[in-house]
Amino acid sequence: MREKSGIAKFFRRNGAGYLFLAPWIIGFLVLTVYPMIYSLWLGFTDYDFTQPNSTQWIGFGNYVKMFGPLFGLSDFTTATGEVMRVDPYYLKSLGVTFTYVFASVPLKLVIALAIAMLLNQKLRGLSFYRAIYYIPTLLGGSVAIAVLWRKLFEKDGLINGLLATIGFTNLPSWITNPHFSLWTLVLLSVWQFGSSMIIFLAGLKQIPEEYYEAASVDGANKTRQFFSITVPLLSPVILFNLVMQMISAFQAFTQAYIIGGGKGGVLNSTLFYTLHLYLQGWTYHEMGYASAMAWVLLFIIGVLTFLIFKSSNLWVSYGAGE
Amino acid sequence: MKKKTIISHSFTHLFIIALGLVMLYPIVWMIVSSFKPNNMIFSDPSLIPKAVTLENYVSGWKGYAGVSFGKFFLNSIFMCVVAIIGNLITCTMAAYAFGRLKFAGRNILFAMMMVTLMLPGHVTTVPRYILFNNFGWVGSYLPILAPKFLATDAFFVFLLVQFMRSLPKELEEAAILDGCSKVGVFFRIIVPLSTPALVTTALFTFLWTWDDFFNQLLYLTNPAIFSVSRALRTFVGDAGAVSNWGGALAMSTLSMIPLFILFFSLQKYFVQGISTTGLKG
Repeated sequence: MREKSGIAKFFRRNGAGYLFLAPWIIGFLVLTVYPMIYSLWLGFTDYDFTQPNSTQWIGFGNYVKMFGPLFGLSDFTTATGEVMRVDPYYLKSLGVTFTYVFASVPLKLVIALAIAMLLNQKLRGLSFYRAIYYIPTLLGGSVAIAVLWRKLFEKDGLINGLLATIGFTNLPSWITNPHFSLWTLVLLSVWQFGSSMIIFLAGLKQIPEEYYEAASVDGANKTRQFFSITVPLLSPVILFNLVMQMISAFQAFTQAYIIGGGKGGVLNSTLFYTLHLYLQGWTYHEMGYASAMAWVLLFIIGVLTFLIFKSSNLWVSYGAGE
Repeated sequence: MKKKTIISHSFTHLFIIALGLVMLYPIVWMIVSSFKPNNMIFSDPSLIPKAVTLENYVSGWKGYAGVSFGKFFLNSIFMCVVAIIGNLITCTMAAYAFGRLKFAGRNILFAMMMVTLMLPGHVTTVPRYILFNNFGWVGSYLPILAPKFLATDAFFVFLLVQFMRSLPKELEEAAILDGCSKVGVFFRIIVPLSTPALVTTALFTFLWTWDDFFNQLLYLTNPAIFSVSRALRTFVGDAGAVSNWGGALAMSTLSMIPLFILFFSLQKYFVQGISTTGLKG
């Protein structure tokens, strides 16, 4: 058999694959790879959207701007000679976001698992119940629900109306009180446990009934069964839910934006990371700084995901559960 | 013994229903309140309105800057339809390549796609905005819709790859023996057999496009092209104050109707999509 030229052969073997993949490859290069490289570069500049032609390389200036206050800096000079001011709200937004993530994700997963176990009892009407519990998740990410949430937790809102009927007086405005406003958002997030619940339900259905029967025969009570059968066998699903919920919680935006009326709320108590990023990039046009912030967010999420996966050796079992 | 099970089951049912009602209370309250006169919405926790009126729907429907909510609904529906078409075509193509074809570099490209699944979108937001601004696209639907024709929603590619890999290989081999090309296999075998996964893709594309706010805030800068989500935001003033609560609740209620209809008619596809790939709602 005669050898054809290398290129023709390559295309005969791979042509169909690349043909079908062409849109994805273009999208990947133009809308992911190029923007990532570009934003990495932008993060080291003072790119201002209104005057892109005066962009200057400022080295790690944007990063010092973020973390400078940790070291007591206020004004500083970059390696390239530019005088910059630190961002007084950055660490606040980081703190708000961490509080939100570390409060809402575990709570949401615990409730999702509890409800999933409640529903996993061979009950009639399971799909109806599942639908009911999923509705807040279906609607929760929308602007409509964020608007509703504002209404619920205002001074003269529904929650205070309810509390008043059972005798409480002198109630605060939960939304505009800096001690509570973030927690209304945590509650909003926890309320949307539906997708985690559905994933847990699918996982629970995989656990063979015999394991529980055998454990009962051996005299293990329900608590014991939960910790020695359910949790280990469900641990890969818990890991999956934990990682996915954490990643999306770090990126929460809409609810904070609407509840704060496009700002970070009273005393920036709901200044989520992405909201701060948006304000820096689009309200103040500091797109170089916003890009640097995005990279720090990517780094934080990357490190936490890595740590969770690393720790999973200790608590996730992929075996048959013996 | 049997009687005891029935009693304990009834308690479980009661408990589940009661808890469900508590969870749904805010949504039901919103729907009911949208029919209450504006001055009676405040802090009235009851679910039975003392007076029913449509004035909120009339005042809310007027919309923003002279553009009515009817237009906003049409805009949102238009965006959803185009986004669904784009995702169905290009995500299916990419999934066929990843899931059923062999070519050099497939594994490494697939791994890269899986990484983009977890990538926080904000890393690419600023450069994309600058790019689309250079194209003159800011203030149009293009920055939101054009990416849908480049298979950028990796979740759907992944969902479809998973589904296509589970299809039996024999059908495809038989078709190729009969002289069917790889393109022919795609259209005649893979696409028809993948219908359930395609429905899930269309459904979640609708949901995410309908509910998306961040991109719409960035790119839909002109009231004539506002989507429903973007328009709902106009009820909330810059300091967070809302002047027309009745209108806001009425339009919020309307904005949820399409989601309710789709969810209750296609629940099985929702559950499938979420439990197989962890698509979030």
